[in-house]
Amino acid sequence: MADLKPRMPLESLLPMEASGVRVREVDLGALTLVMPYRERDAALSDALEAAQGLRWPEPGRMTGTTGRGILWFGRAQAMLIGMAPEGGLEDHAAVADQSDGWAVVEIEGDRAAEALARLTPVDLRPGVFEIRHTARTELGHMAASLTRTGKATYLVMVFRAFAHTLVHELGIALQGVAARGGR
Amino acid sequence: MRLDGDGLIDRTRRLAFTFDGRKHLGFEGDTLASALIGAGVKVVARSFKYHRPRGIFTAGSEEPNALVTLGRGPGQEPNARATTVELQEGLAAYGQNAWPSVEFDLMAVNDLLSPFLGAGFYYKTFMWPKAFWEKLYEPVIRQAAGLGALSREASTERWERAFAHCDVLVIGAGPAGLMAAWTAAEAGADVILAEEDTRLGGRLNAEVEEVDGQAGSAWAEAMQARLRTMENVRVMTRTAVVGAYDQGTFGALERLEPGRALKGCFWRIVAKRAVLAAGAIERPVAFSNNDRPGVIMAGALRAYINRWRVCPGNRVAVFANSDAGHQTVRDLLAAGVHVSALIDARADAACDLDVPFYAGGQVCDSGGRKALESVSFLHRDRIETVQADVLAMSGGWNPSVHLSCHMGARPVWDEGLAAFVPREGAVPGMRYAGAAMGMFSTRECLESGAAAGKAVVDDLGLNGAEVPVPKAEDGVYQIKPLWHVPGKGRAWLDFQNDVTVKDVTLAAQENFTSVEHMKRYTTQGMAPDQGKNSNVAALAVLADATGRGIAETGTTTFRPPYVPVPIAAMGAGAQGKGFSPERFTTSHDASIGRGAPMIEAGLWYRPSYFPKAGETHWRQSCDREVRMVRDHVGICDVSTLGKIDVQGPDAAAFLDFLYTNMMSALKVGRVRYGLMLREDGHVMDDGTCARLGERHFLVTTTTAAAGQVMRHMEFAHQVLRPDLDVRFASVTEQWAQFAVAGPMSRALLEDVLKQDLANGDWPFMACGDVRTKGVTARLFRISFSGELAYEIAVPARHGAALFDQLVAKAEAMEGGPYGMEALNVMRIEKGFITHAEIHGRTTAFDIGMQGMMSDRKDFIGKAMAARPGLMDEDRAQFVALKPVGTVKELIAGAHLFAPGAEVVSENDEGYITSVAFSPMLGHVIGLGFLERGRARIGEHVRMVEHLKGSATLCEVVAPGGFDPEGGRMRG
Amino acid sequence: MRLPCPICGERDRREFYYAGHAVALERPQEGAGAEAWDYYVHNRDNPCGETRDLWFHESGCGAWIVVTRDTASHAVLGAVLAEEAAR
Repeated sequence: MADLKPRMPLESLLPMEASGVRVREVDLGALTLVMPYRERDAALSDALEAAQGLRWPEPGRMTGTTGRGILWFGRAQAMLIGMAPEGGLEDHAAVADQSDGWAVVEIEGDRAAEALARLTPVDLRPGVFEIRHTARTELGHMAASLTRTGKATYLVMVFRAFAHTLVHELGIALQGVAARGGR
Repeated sequence: MRLDGDGLIDRTRRLAFTFDGRKHLGFEGDTLASALIGAGVKVVARSFKYHRPRGIFTAGSEEPNALVTLGRGPGQEPNARATTVELQEGLAAYGQNAWPSVEFDLMAVNDLLSPFLGAGFYYKTFMWPKAFWEKLYEPVIRQAAGLGALSREASTERWERAFAHCDVLVIGAGPAGLMAAWTAAEAGADVILAEEDTRLGGRLNAEVEEVDGQAGSAWAEAMQARLRTMENVRVMTRTAVVGAYDQGTFGALERLEPGRALKGCFWRIVAKRAVLAAGAIERPVAFSNNDRPGVIMAGALRAYINRWRVCPGNRVAVFANSDAGHQTVRDLLAAGVHVSALIDARADAACDLDVPFYAGGQVCDSGGRKALESVSFLHRDRIETVQADVLAMSGGWNPSVHLSCHMGARPVWDEGLAAFVPREGAVPGMRYAGAAMGMFSTRECLESGAAAGKAVVDDLGLNGAEVPVPKAEDGVYQIKPLWHVPGKGRAWLDFQNDVTVKDVTLAAQENFTSVEHMKRYTTQGMAPDQGKNSNVAALAVLADATGRGIAETGTTTFRPPYVPVPIAAMGAGAQGKGFSPERFTTSHDASIGRGAPMIEAGLWYRPSYFPKAGETHWRQSCDREVRMVRDHVGICDVSTLGKIDVQGPDAAAFLDFLYTNMMSALKVGRVRYGLMLREDGHVMDDGTCARLGERHFLVTTTTAAAGQVMRHMEFAHQVLRPDLDVRFASVTEQWAQFAVAGPMSRALLEDVLKQDLANGDWPFMACGDVRTKGVTARLFRISFSGELAYEIAVPARHGAALFDQLVAKAEAMEGGPYGMEALNVMRIEKGFITHAEIHGRTTAFDIGMQGMMSDRKDFIGKAMAARPGLMDEDRAQFVALKPVGTVKELIAGAHLFAPGAEVVSENDEGYITSVAFSPMLGHVIGLGFLERGRARIGEHVRMVEHLKGSATLCEVVAPGGFDPEGGRMRG
Repeated sequence: MRLPCPICGERDRREFYYAGHAVALERPQEGAGAEAWDYYVHNRDNPCGETRDLWFHESGCGAWIVVTRDTASHAVLGAVLAEEAAR
């Protein structure tokens, strides 16, 4: 019998591009949700630094990169991206594999923030939402994680099952940007 | 008629358009109104109630008369104000509220009936007989009244919604707004400057005056260019701020220029500070027949002359109670238009203009039919008449205080200005500037704009160089309050809703003396224009009629939106797939591929059944799938059930607090059914709890309640038991999970997993990790069908492949996939509950699970569930029903009565929650709740359903009639 | 309406779920009388002025927060994490 062929959440739905804004699926590799136990934050951060060379992020921030980093993911939790949860993390935190739970896209282009402003109530002004800032918020009625990863690059994560709706909503937003013509 | 000169239109670009089918020409930069005036069209609309002919009255969004319908078909837009519609090539506009046309309207018969149609007419006339209202009066009134109509076709117009954030929102880009925005921007604030018009400048585009040594409109254009170069400024033209809401949130309607693929955008703007610089609206004076086409506001006439180079006639009379009259005459003379009279209500006014001048005069009537021909006025106790085809009037200016009142504050009456001004601090963080606060000279506007800009940046703690205030004309606003000139005929206040002075005085006579009562009795200010140019005069008339002052009379409530907002804009993006998100399982494509109709379960989509060739009715498919599972094996995607991973030293204690039963006593590698209550003692959700490790559990919830349970668990932890060291997260999306159910399920999975699943290692309610094809999976021996069954979970990326392989294997064993219908039938055969039963009003006692409420610990809902009323034997208890008479139909939602009892609510003994035809038992089964039901097994009850008119005699039976001992499940 | 999440900062109201008065923090001890439970589960004041209520930052960080606000002016006066208020 054949292997269990893996399938990415947005396979065959992306990429798309409009008004110079490109949307593509990103494979972040291993995603591990880490939730420190009570009063273990410091010990956890030390363990992470020892094992991975990365500190536990402040709320609303990311340490490292989307290739290998730690993304704040809500109250008392962060997502390890692109690394195995090594170094005895279980002693300090609850750990849950989320590698398959999220549809992840990168939105890139000068008008990316303009498109996102059609979907999220978060303040995306460049001076407010800086590079490596991250927010848990709504994106067109979907709970989402939104991170600014570059000058005009954003990482958006929604539940895997929302993949079609994510593409639909981003498509509509991009049409809205395009309908206004150049700025 | 079109005047010479360019104004602010582009004479080189002609635009052809039609009004009521007749072709006209206008220019780039025209509004539909200015183009119609240019084309000499006088009657553009019929009034709401009396169908009076009406002409263009203003030059802005306050326009009460010139409502037109744009286009035909799906994109048809009714009630567009011609004064704000940008002219474009090919525009087709139509008059509305008239038949056959606005020029000749048969409904104008209403005007002759006006003595009978005054205030309160509907309330007094259509009272009896009561039955006539719905069948006769309402349809007739609806046919006769109203404004434009929709096409009744699905709209093809696209709108969108978006969010914007800034430090300072400046509302209005006249001289005050421009200065406020510039000042704030120079100090480094992020500024949004929102302007309703297509260009910045406000009245500077309408008046002949200089700012900074150049034409006002040129200065505004230079300012626009300057602001557009600043990174921290966002200039939003065509954008009306329509509402002020809590914590600095504003709603704004942006209309894109014509010809875009998008009509516009409904913005939610969040601003730390706001400057209201929305200007002022000129108000008319009420006199007999003041609504005749040709009567126009003086400020609007100046705008038409100066900006658009059009004039609605060639003999103009001017009537004012301030210097506005003189200003208008100057502009008319400069444009070469004949002025037949300047009538100034101020007795002490002087005039050095070469026109017939009447100080202390008051216009008291207009002559003509569908167009103005003469103006009569009272001067030195005599009535005089002059020939005029245009009357420009000004009764003074009302500051646009609207947005300052949206959070409940009332404006303040300023005696000197004879107008309401915004109340300080009415909207937190909002300051005022310019005409919106009663500063009517350009110099005052510029200065107050700069001051407001400075004040908001000070509030924000920003420092910036002050910007120089340009030189501009100053003037003193001297006004003699004048609201109403007495006379014989009807004098209009609210042009849009046809409310006259007489209506307001009648309301006062009939004791509707409160301004809010008067408004509702007369409909004053209740039309789409919300009485922008008439409310203040109406309450002045009411104040007069009741012998009170205006301040004491007060204003009605100003509510959003400031200008009408299409529902299509507010609801943008919410049609079709945008209505709500869709959640698809990993087997979605496979289910669709097999022709399964999908059914919504919360946001999820699940297959109802998998039709096979030859099956023409869902019941055939469903019955086959039930037999397939019971005889062989079936595969069902159960990934939609909520899965919550719970870990930590106190995980077991936490689950004990959540569930009624003891999860701490559960062995590692075992699963237990559990019940969660709300704190009020009613059942919230049920599901399974698997112990994966000493400190590690996996909780499942029903599909529908997954979000609610997660929220409840966070509440229980963060609010009630923060002392417990436990962490949890939803892993619903991480795992694709499939039920493998039926007598062949063990053989199927043993083949897939290449391992032994005999009862010894894998008894009923066991769980643990297994491996298949190099992938670690989780296996649970649980059953919702009552068969020998398992659920296997793999990381979601493998879900699609695993589903295909499981189905292929099942099909080789005469099995296959099954859907929600079969799943539902099997659980009803087994008497298993879903949210149809635990619907929020049932207790553990009601469903017969009172034994699951542990007395060895506290848990949420324990105390309240123990209330005597919730454990009463008389309560409706969970039972099953089967028909025993000739009628075999059971209906979910139907109620239960003792046989022979009268069908009245006092005799209601219960209701049916779920119904299915059981192919195994060969009859319909109902689940439901019946008073004292558990003690009534074997008795007969009667199901009565009024909608279908059904009545069925049933026997009360114990739930779970199929394999009651559960031998198949444990097998 | 905007609420100041102690973790995320000021956010739009749509990200939050409303759960009523903060009296929910004061769960009676096991064995408390019927009156105490009745008050806890059912009885709520309806103040004109300052009040404290519970909100869940459901599509945000997942924190339950206690918001102090004024029901008359709609002013939001502050917010703390419920887990801290509960301790």
